Amino acid sequence: MLSRTAENLYWLARYVERAEYLARTIEATLRVTALPNTYTGQTNEWDSALLTAGVSAAFYEIYEEADEKNVVEYLSFSTANPSSIRNCIENARLNSRSVRTALTGEMWDTINGAWIELQEVWSGGAKTREQLARFLRFVQETSLRFDGSAYRTMLRNDAYWFSRLGLHLERADNTARILDVKYHLLLPEDEHVGGPLDYYQWTSILRSVSALTAYHWVYRETLKPWLIADLLILNDTLPRSLASCYGNLVRNLDQIGVSYGRQGAAQRHARGVRNRLEHSNMQDIFQHGLHEFIQEFIADNSRLGEIIAKQYLI
Amino acid sequence: MAVAFDEMNGPLGELRPAYEELSRWLKETPPDALEYRRQEAELLFRRIGITFAVYGDSESTERLIPFDVIPRIISGKEWTLLEKGLKQRVRAINMFLRDIYHGRDILRAGLIPDDLIFQNPVFRPEMNGQQVPHDVYVHIAGIDIVRTNPDEFFVLEDNARTPSGVSYMLENREIMMRLFPDLFARHRVAPVEKYPDELLSCLRSVAPHSANSEPTVALMTPGVYNSAYYEHSFLADKLGDELVEGRDLIVKNDEVFMRTTEGLKRVDVIYRRVDDDFLDPLSFRPDSALGVPGLMSAYMAGNVTLANAVGTGIADDKAVYSYMPEIVKFYLGEEPILKNVPTWRCREPKDLAYVLDNLADLVVKEVHGSGGYGMLIGPASSKATIEAFRDKLKREPEGFIAQPTLALSTCPTCTESGLAPRHVDLRPFVLTGRENVTIVPGGLTRVALKEGSLVVNSSQGGGTKDTWILDE
Repeated sequence: MLSRTAENLYWLARYVERAEYLARTIEATLRVTALPNTYTGQTNEWDSALLTAGVSAAFYEIYEEADEKNVVEYLSFSTANPSSIRNCIENARLNSRSVRTALTGEMWDTINGAWIELQEVWSGGAKTREQLARFLRFVQETSLRFDGSAYRTMLRNDAYWFSRLGLHLERADNTARILDVKYHLLLPEDEHVGGPLDYYQWTSILRSVSALTAYHWVYRETLKPWLIADLLILNDTLPRSLASCYGNLVRNLDQIGVSYGRQGAAQRHARGVRNRLEHSNMQDIFQHGLHEFIQEFIADNSRLGEIIAKQYLI
Repeated sequence: MAVAFDEMNGPLGELRPAYEELSRWLKETPPDALEYRRQEAELLFRRIGITFAVYGDSESTERLIPFDVIPRIISGKEWTLLEKGLKQRVRAINMFLRDIYHGRDILRAGLIPDDLIFQNPVFRPEMNGQQVPHDVYVHIAGIDIVRTNPDEFFVLEDNARTPSGVSYMLENREIMMRLFPDLFARHRVAPVEKYPDELLSCLRSVAPHSANSEPTVALMTPGVYNSAYYEHSFLADKLGDELVEGRDLIVKNDEVFMRTTEGLKRVDVIYRRVDDDFLDPLSFRPDSALGVPGLMSAYMAGNVTLANAVGTGIADDKAVYSYMPEIVKFYLGEEPILKNVPTWRCREPKDLAYVLDNLADLVVKEVHGSGGYGMLIGPASSKATIEAFRDKLKREPEGFIAQPTLALSTCPTCTESGLAPRHVDLRPFVLTGRENVTIVPGGLTRVALKEGSLVVNSSQGGGTKDTWILDE
């Protein structure tokens, strides 16, 4: 297939995944900030929402204060923020239009329909919390529908695999970023361990990656920070864990490699990262520093993006 | 201007046979059911994303072309005549182009003035003596047809460069079949769905000799911001070919390749929807970012077929158009089946004088214009507009032709005040391959939605209709 087509499919999936992640982050933040102060402590949750979205510096160039109104506006509707939900959907549609021939009718319908709704219903933003809640649902449903129609209707060929690469790369990045911002809450030696304050922070992390219920099913335990870290990093049954994302990245890259009859740097690099995850346990990770581990992962992940681009997309 | 001929209710107000069933159906169908279907159709168009862009319109970059749900019906007999006439005309156009870029018999015979060709900006000296595969220049032609009475069809324009609109012919039919299955069941409508297949075999048939037995065809688009982008992606999808932009292609050793995820892949036939000027910055406009450096040299080397060929603009120039009856006779030795609209060539002093004297009654068009841009419709224009145009005309008479204001035929159309006649034209699409010339029975009917308006171009607020050719 055309390199440009592969690139568009890859970015299309990334934009949709990012939009969903932002919607979840805002939803989780709204929940935790709705609690009385005694449960949430002094940290500004909206600040950390900006950090997990990786747009903190750009935000403060425009706004003075990271309050609910400003952050929601910036992450959801702002045209100034290149990765706001609005821009993600705009970009997803632009990418879809460029590769219409590689999309199934259902996928196009989802993206184009979302884009139309964005213009017709949401052009003025969300005026009330209720409207905002509806908007966030709409974004998540768009992503679910898009993902579902890709899964159910696409031919299993390189077009499918490249779009999956975008999805899992973006997903791994998002999970890693939330860990990067909140890692201090997950350290076992943290002095507040077990306090009500942490409990709501933990649930908030799990909600951002839609893993709260999953946690209970996997561990049958009350919330424990090291188990949360284990779930998000090493547990490959959780679709948003780093291990699961890399399992998928390796699988999709292998399929591309087999179909093209050639392996390359991308396959090797992805396998390297996956092997490191497979052979780690939480104890070692904590010992060597959770923060360092996550930062290294983020760097590795973005390097994979560069290698894929060089090998296939340019 | 005479009263226009209505295709449903003829000159004497009698119901014409092709429309009998439709008329009965319209009487049975409550008006709000039509309105409901119209809204449904619009929703479908929007969801499918069948949009186009209007240049110079910053407000909305993507617009829908209004779709009228009342079909335009042409009888089998009428179509047989049209089909014959269209094939004849396109055959002559291809022979004309071959002659202009080779022996120039027609110029030596004195039928067309030399300077009309050689001083014409759309004439491409690069093509002189250049062999194109199987002597086909215009693979895809869109011939605009109008009628003024039951028996006469006129060619209004020959579009021999990159005619668009065929996606509307196909999508309008799909949507009509979805919305009005019952109405279809009551007619025998010739299908148009074979068009993509015929286009593909046409394109493959003209692959260069150096291509292998399974030639690779690609559709080249200027990109998502082009006004006809939807059509490009639609056709590429139906053809099952890659939709490429200039940046996807690269020329090496006079061969054209596309950049794929598996490396470079050779392209044999390019159905290009990019104008000559933008094809290759090395040969034509150096500032073009849409083209492919070296594409022309690969073309000259005979390693890639461009459809349509470079330089076909000389055949759809409106001044050359006025010679089409002579062109048909000269190459085929036949009387032209389809008439030309009488045309005054403003480059000729006698014609110019007449045109200047009668501006208020004439339609004046730019020789190289298209899309309804830059034309004057005398009867519909204010004095000031006419005077402004008069100056333009005097300054550069060779840039214009003039035609009488034709009373284009009308068809019943949904309007705010119920069904009413509106002026229409027809663009059938003629394919020329190595072996033969084919036309799917149908075309794009464009309709001027404003009462009394004669301008059907979508960029000027025109709409479209499904066109039914009855299989009798």
